[in-house]
Amino acid sequence: MANKVEVIGVSKYFMRNGKEIVAMQDTSLFIEEGRFVSIIGPSGCGKSTLFNIIAGLMPPSTGKVMADGQNIVGKTGYVGYMLQKDMLLPWRTILDNIILGMEIRGVPKKEATARALPLMEKYGLKGFENHYPKELSGGMRQRAALLRTILYDRDIILLDEPFGALDAQTRLMMQNWLLQIWEDFRKTVLFVTHDIDEAIYLSDDIYVFSARPGRIKAKITVPMARPRTQSDMTSPEFTELKQRLLDLLSEEVRIAEASERIS
Amino acid sequence: MASSLTNEAVASPVGIEAAEREESLVRKERPVIQDPEALERSHRRNVMWWRIAVGMLLIVGWEVFTTIGWMDSYYWSSPSMILQTAWVQALKGNLLGDILYTSGSTILGFVLGTLGGAILGLTFWWSRKYAEVCEPYLVILNAMPKLALAPVLVILFGIGFTSKVALAIAMTVIVGAISAYSGVKSVDADMEKLMYSLGAKRWQVFTKVVIPWSIPWIISSLRINIALALAGAIVGEFIASREGIGRMILYAGTILDINLVWVGVVVLSILSMIMYGGVVLLERKLMKEFNK
Repeated sequence: MANKVEVIGVSKYFMRNGKEIVAMQDTSLFIEEGRFVSIIGPSGCGKSTLFNIIAGLMPPSTGKVMADGQNIVGKTGYVGYMLQKDMLLPWRTILDNIILGMEIRGVPKKEATARALPLMEKYGLKGFENHYPKELSGGMRQRAALLRTILYDRDIILLDEPFGALDAQTRLMMQNWLLQIWEDFRKTVLFVTHDIDEAIYLSDDIYVFSARPGRIKAKITVPMARPRTQSDMTSPEFTELKQRLLDLLSEEVRIAEASERIS
Repeated sequence: MASSLTNEAVASPVGIEAAEREESLVRKERPVIQDPEALERSHRRNVMWWRIAVGMLLIVGWEVFTTIGWMDSYYWSSPSMILQTAWVQALKGNLLGDILYTSGSTILGFVLGTLGGAILGLTFWWSRKYAEVCEPYLVILNAMPKLALAPVLVILFGIGFTSKVALAIAMTVIVGAISAYSGVKSVDADMEKLMYSLGAKRWQVFTKVVIPWSIPWIISSLRINIALALAGAIVGEFIASREGIGRMILYAGTILDINLVWVGVVVLSILSMIMYGGVVLLERKLMKEFNK
C-alpha cells in the first residue's frame, strides 16, 4: 500500500537560555494509508513537536513532511489535530463546537448540522446537541472533540494524548469507542500516548521514541488481529509485547533522567 | 464454649428488652433536617430589614437634628426641605430636563467610550509589537486624571452636549481598552492552535475565539465605567453648560441656595444608583449570553 504520510529526515532545534536544544533529530516515519500508528516515548522526547510540524503549525529545522505525495510543511488544515485538552469553545453548544471545522471551511450551517447530527446519534452524543461543554463529563467532552476532528473530514488525524486526563474506566470506554470510529471511517491515525496498554490495544504499528534528542528507537508492529476486544489485553502475545515495550521505554526513561541530572 | 452458651442464655431476654426500649426511644425522636437554604433565606431577609432600618434611621435623624437645631439646617438642609425644593424645581424649574440632559450625556459617553475602548483593546490581538509599543501609553493615559482635561474639551467642543459626552468618553475609553486587552492577553494559546490546525484564517480566530473570549473582561469594565462617565458629564457641566444637574448645583451654590444644592446631590445619587442597577442587569444578560 502507498504511504499516506511520510516524515523524512525531520529535525527540530531550539535555542533556550543561549543553548541549542535538539528536540528531534533526523526522524523519519512512513505511514501507510488507513493504519493506526502510535508514538510512545518518555516525556520531552519531541512527540508534540513532531505533531506540530505535521499539522503545519511549526516549521522543521531540516527535512520535510509529505502527505499524499505533496509537501505539507507549513500548511495548516491538511490534517485533523486533537489535543489532550478538549478545547471546546465554552460559549458554543456541543453541536456548534462539533461543526466548527466545517464552519471554518465555509460549509453552510444547515449542511454541517445535517452531517453532524447522525454522527452524534451514532457515537453516543444524542441529546447533548444544545448543551454547553461545561455541562458534560470529561469523557463526553473528549467524544465531542474527537467528533469535531472526524467531521473536519481529513484523511489523516493526529491525536495527542486525547485520553490522558481521563480516569481509567472512562479511558477504556473511550478506547473502544475510538476503535469503533476508526473502523467505521478508516482514517490514518497518528496517536501519541504515555500508556503502553493503550498503544498496544489500539495500534497497528508503534513507534518508540528515544529520550532527548528525540528520534525513533524502534518500530514494532502489533500482530493481534482486529477487531480487538478487551480480553485481548490479557492475552499472552499482548503481555509479551508489553514486556518488550516496557524494556525499551525504561531504558529511555533512565537516559532521560540521567541527562536531566547532568544539565 | 460452654461459658459463652450460658452467657447467651442469660443475656438474651435482657437483650430483647433493651432492644425494645431503644427502638421506642429512636421512634420518638424527630429527625432534625438541616436546611441551609432556609437559613440563608432568613439571613438575607434579616439583613434586608436591617438595611432599610438603618436608612430610615439616617433620614429621620437628619430631619430631627436639623429641626431641633443640633445640625445647622442652613448648611445641612433637611430631607423635607430637599423634597419640597425638588418639587418646586420640578414644577417651575427644569429639573426633569436637567436629569435627562445629564443622564443622556452620561449614557452616550458610557456606550461610546466603553465600546470604543473595547474595540481598541481587541485590536491589540493583531500584533504583539503594536500592542507592546502602545502598552506604556495606555498605562500613562490611565493614570492621568482625565478630568483635568475638562477645560480643554469644553473649549474644543463648545459648551453644549458634545463636550459632556466627550468628557464621559475620555473617562471611560482607557478603562474599556485595558479591560479588553487583558481579555485578549488571556486567550488560551492552545485554543488558537486548534483553530489554525482546523485551517482557520486570522480573522476567523479573531471573530470566533478572541472576541467571545474577551467579552467577560469587557463586561467587567461596565460597572466602573458608568460611574466614571457620570463624573465626567457632571464635571463638564461644572466647567460650562446651560443645562444639566451639574450646572444646577453650580448655579445653586453661587446664589447660596443650599437646599437646591442638596436636591442636585440627592438626584445625582439616585441617578447613579439607577444607572448602576441598569448596568448590573445588562451585565447579567450579557454574561448569560456569552459566558456559558
